[in-house]
Amino acid sequence: MGDHHHGPAKGLSRWLFATNHKDIGTMYLWFSFAMFLVGGAFAMIIRAELFQPGMQLIRPEFFNQMTTMHGLIMVFGAIMPAFVGLANWMIPMMIGAPDMALPRMNNWSFWILPPAFLLLLATMFMEGGGPAFGWTFYAPLSTTYAPPSVTFFIFGVHILGLSSIMGSINIVATVMNLRAPGMTYMKMPLFVWTWFITAYLLIAVMPVLAGAVTMMLMDIHFGTSFFSAAGGGDPVLFQHVFWFFGHPEVYIIILPAFGVVSQIIPAFARKPLFGYDSMVYATASIAFLSFIVWAHHMYTVGMPIAGELFFMYATMLIAVPTGVKVFNWITTMWRGAMTFETPMLFCIGFVVLFTIGGFTGLMLSIAPSDFQYHDSYFVVAHFHYVMVAGAVFSMTAAVYYWLPKWCGKMYNETMGKTHFWISFIGFNVTFFPQHFVGLAGMPRRIPDYALQFADFNMMSSIGAFIYGASQLLFLYNVIATIVGGKPVSDEKVWEGAEGLEWTVPTPAPFHTFSTPPQVR
Amino acid sequence: MLRKARSVFWLAMFPVILLLSGSLSPVWADEKADRRYQVNMEPGVTAVGADIFSLHMLIFWICVVIGIVVFGVMFYSIYAHRKSRGVTPATFHESTKVEIAWTVVPFLILLGMAVPATSTLIDVYDTEDAEIDILVTGYQWKWKYEYLQDNGENVSFFSNLKTSQEEIYNTDDKGQFYLLAVDEPLVIPVDTKVRFLVTAYDVIHSMWVPELAVKKDAIPGFINETWTRAEKTGIYRGQCAELCGKDHGFMPVVVNVVERDEYDAWLADKQAQAAEIAALMEQTFTMDDLMARGQDVYNRACLACHGANGEGGVGKAIAGSAIAMGPIDGHFDIVINGSRANAAMQAFGGQLNDVDMAAVLTFQRNAFGNNMGEMVQPIDVYNYKQGQ
Repeated sequence: MGDHHHGPAKGLSRWLFATNHKDIGTMYLWFSFAMFLVGGAFAMIIRAELFQPGMQLIRPEFFNQMTTMHGLIMVFGAIMPAFVGLANWMIPMMIGAPDMALPRMNNWSFWILPPAFLLLLATMFMEGGGPAFGWTFYAPLSTTYAPPSVTFFIFGVHILGLSSIMGSINIVATVMNLRAPGMTYMKMPLFVWTWFITAYLLIAVMPVLAGAVTMMLMDIHFGTSFFSAAGGGDPVLFQHVFWFFGHPEVYIIILPAFGVVSQIIPAFARKPLFGYDSMVYATASIAFLSFIVWAHHMYTVGMPIAGELFFMYATMLIAVPTGVKVFNWITTMWRGAMTFETPMLFCIGFVVLFTIGGFTGLMLSIAPSDFQYHDSYFVVAHFHYVMVAGAVFSMTAAVYYWLPKWCGKMYNETMGKTHFWISFIGFNVTFFPQHFVGLAGMPRRIPDYALQFADFNMMSSIGAFIYGASQLLFLYNVIATIVGGKPVSDEKVWEGAEGLEWTVPTPAPFHTFSTPPQVR
Repeated sequence: MLRKARSVFWLAMFPVILLLSGSLSPVWADEKADRRYQVNMEPGVTAVGADIFSLHMLIFWICVVIGIVVFGVMFYSIYAHRKSRGVTPATFHESTKVEIAWTVVPFLILLGMAVPATSTLIDVYDTEDAEIDILVTGYQWKWKYEYLQDNGENVSFFSNLKTSQEEIYNTDDKGQFYLLAVDEPLVIPVDTKVRFLVTAYDVIHSMWVPELAVKKDAIPGFINETWTRAEKTGIYRGQCAELCGKDHGFMPVVVNVVERDEYDAWLADKQAQAAEIAALMEQTFTMDDLMARGQDVYNRACLACHGANGEGGVGKAIAGSAIAMGPIDGHFDIVINGSRANAAMQAFGGQLNDVDMAAVLTFQRNAFGNNMGEMVQPIDVYNYKQGQ
C-alpha cells in the first residue's frame, strides 16, 4: 500500500464524490431502504382504504396513484437498488477485486437515482395528480388519458433506466476483468453468477423500456400514434413492448435473490451447495426463457391461438429450471448440520413462500385457467409471494448475514428472529387470503369491493399493518447494531461461511484486496 | 373435488376466521352469506367454465402433492439434520443422475398438464356458430351493449352502476349487491351460444363474468371475440378487470340469463321502446318533464365526475359554469362532441338519445342555481346534430 492510499474523505464529499464500492454500496442500501419505507407507506394507505367496503379515507383517483406509485417505487426504488447495493458491496469482495471496474460511473449511476425518484414523487403534487395508470402504465390510459405529470414520469423512468444500465455495465466489466488469479468462472460464488446474468438481462431490456416510454412521449407531445388505433397504431403494441421488458424484469429482481439464498443456506447447513454447476445452468436457462414468455401477461388481449399456445408452453417450461433450484437448496440442507440464525430463517421462509408463489405461477401459466385468474387478486397474491417473500426476504437475509462483516458488530439475534416471525406471519395473513378473493372474482386495482370480499380484505389489511410494523423493528435493529452492537473481530463471522469475503478483516476495511488473493 | 378443496382451505383458515369474526365482525350483514367465505373458483354455468375449473383443480392438486413431498423432505431435514442434535455434516455436493431425474420428471408432469390445457384453450377460442352476436363496448365507466340483428333495428343501451354515491361514501346502508348492480343488465337466453364482440371507446377495459367463464380485453380500435353458452338461468355478476381510470372499480357487468321465450319478448319490447323514443323525439316537453328526466340522466351520466350538486370533481363545476350559463351552442358542443382539451369529458352525442340529451341540457341550465329559465327540446338537439 503506497502513501497515496488513505481512508475515506471527510464529511459530505465522502459520499458525494464516492468512488469506493463499499461507500456506494452503503448509499444504495440506505436509499433503497428509504424507498422501501415510502412504498410501504403507500401500501399501508391502500390497505387502510380496503379495510372495509365503501370509500373511507381517500378518493378513487388518489387510490390509483397509490397503487401506481407503490408498484413503481417498490420495483425500481426499493428492490432493484437494494440488490445493486449488495452487488457493489459483495462482488469485489467475493471475486478478490480491489473495487468495481468503473468507480466513477458507479458514483454517477447512484447519484442520478435520488433525483429520479424525487421527480417521480413530485408528480403527486402536480396539477391533475401523479401517474394513476398502474405500474404497467398501459396505453392509452397512460397517454391520451393521462394527467400532464406523465411527462415527468417518463423522464424519471429514463433516468432510472440509465442508472440501471450503467450499474450493469459496471458489474459485467468487474466480473469479466477483475477476478483474482485462479477465480475461474465456474468457481465464482453463485451470488456473483446470478448478478452477472442479471446484468446482461438489464442491459438487454432497459433500452426496451426506454423505447416504450419514448413512444409514449411522442404520442403525447409530437402527434405520433404508436398506441392509438385512430392513427394506425395499436394499444396492444404497448403491452408487447412493455412486457418484453417487464418479464425479464421480474427475473432481474429474483435472480440475485436466488444468488443470496445459494450463499446463505450452505453456510448454515455447514455443507457445500448441492449441484453448483446445475445452479449456474438453471440460472442461465431461466434468463433465456425470460425473453420468450412475455405475452403470458396478455392472455386475454385476443392473441391468435397459436401465439397463446406458444407462450403457454414456454412459460410452463420455466418451472423446470426453477424446480431444479429449489431441489438443490433442499438437498443442500439434507444431512447438513443446520443452525437457524436470522439469515437462515429468512432463507427457509424464502424457499417455502417462493415455492408457493412458483406453484401459483404454474397455475397462471395455464392459459385457459388464466382467463379466470387474469387481473384478479389471485395475481396480486402470486406476485407478492415471489416479490416480497422472494426478493425482499432474501434481501433481508443478506443484510443480517453480511451486516457483521460490513460494520464489525453483531446484530441482536433475538430481535432478528422476532423480526422474522412477525414478518412471516404478517406476510401470510396479508397475502394468503388474497388468493381466495381473487378466485372468488375480485379484480385487482379496485378502490372498493363487493360485500362478499369484506372479511378476507379486512384480514389482509390487518396482516399488512403487522408486516409493515415489523419493518420498523428491522430498521431499529440495524441502526442499533451499527451504533452499539457487540463488536465481532473474527474474519469468519459465521462458522460455516465460505468465500473470499470472509478472509478479509472484520469490519471490512475501506480498501480490500489491493493485492489480489490467490484462489486455488 | 370442489367440496373437498373448499373444506381444506376452510380448515386451514378456520382459526383466523374465527378470531376475526368474533371480535371484528363487520356491522353490515351480508345477505349473500354463502359467498362470504368463498375461497375457490366457481365452475359456473357453462361447459367451458367447468372444464377450466377442473383444469384449475387438477393443477392445484398436483401442486399440493409436489408441495407436500418437497416441504416434507425439507422439514424432516430441518428436524433431523440440525447441529443441536450433534450431527456431523455430510460433504456430498453433486450428482448428475439426480439432477437429470429432477429435470426430466417435472418436464413429464408438465407434458401431462399441457394436454388438457391445450384442448380447453381450443374450446375457449371456438367462437364459430353463435346464434346471437352482441357488440360490447367499454366506456369510462360503463358498458354499452348492442344486439346485432340480421333484420330489424339493432337494440342498444348503456349499462351503468346502480349503487348510489351515498352507499359508496357510507352515508347510506350498502345494498345486497353493492357495486355489482346495474340499471340495465345484459340479457341473454339460456342454452344458446352467444358471441361477444368486445371493444372500447376510450381506454382498455376488460369484460369479466366469472360464472360465464368470460374474460376478454376491450381495446379501443380493435374488436375481440369471445363467447358463452349459459346452461342455467339466473343473474351473473362480474366487473371490469382492466384498470381503466378513476372509476375502474365501479363498472360491473351484470348478465341476466333467461329462458328463450322471455328473451324474445324482452328483445321485442326493447325494439318497441326504440320506436317509442323515435316518437318522443317529435314531441315538445314541459319544463317539469324535462327537469325530471334530466335529473335521472344527470345522475347516471354526469354525476360521477361533476358531483351531485354540480360542484365538480374530476370534471369541472356545472353550478355557475360559463358553458351551462352561456350560449346554447357551446353547451351542445361540449356535451355532444366532448372536450378536445380534456379526454375525460366524453362525447355524449352517441350515448344519449336526443330526448335524454335535451332533458339533461335543460337540467344543467336550470339546476344548481343556474336558473337560465330556458328549455332545450329534442328537436333542438336533432337540429344541432344535423347542422354540424
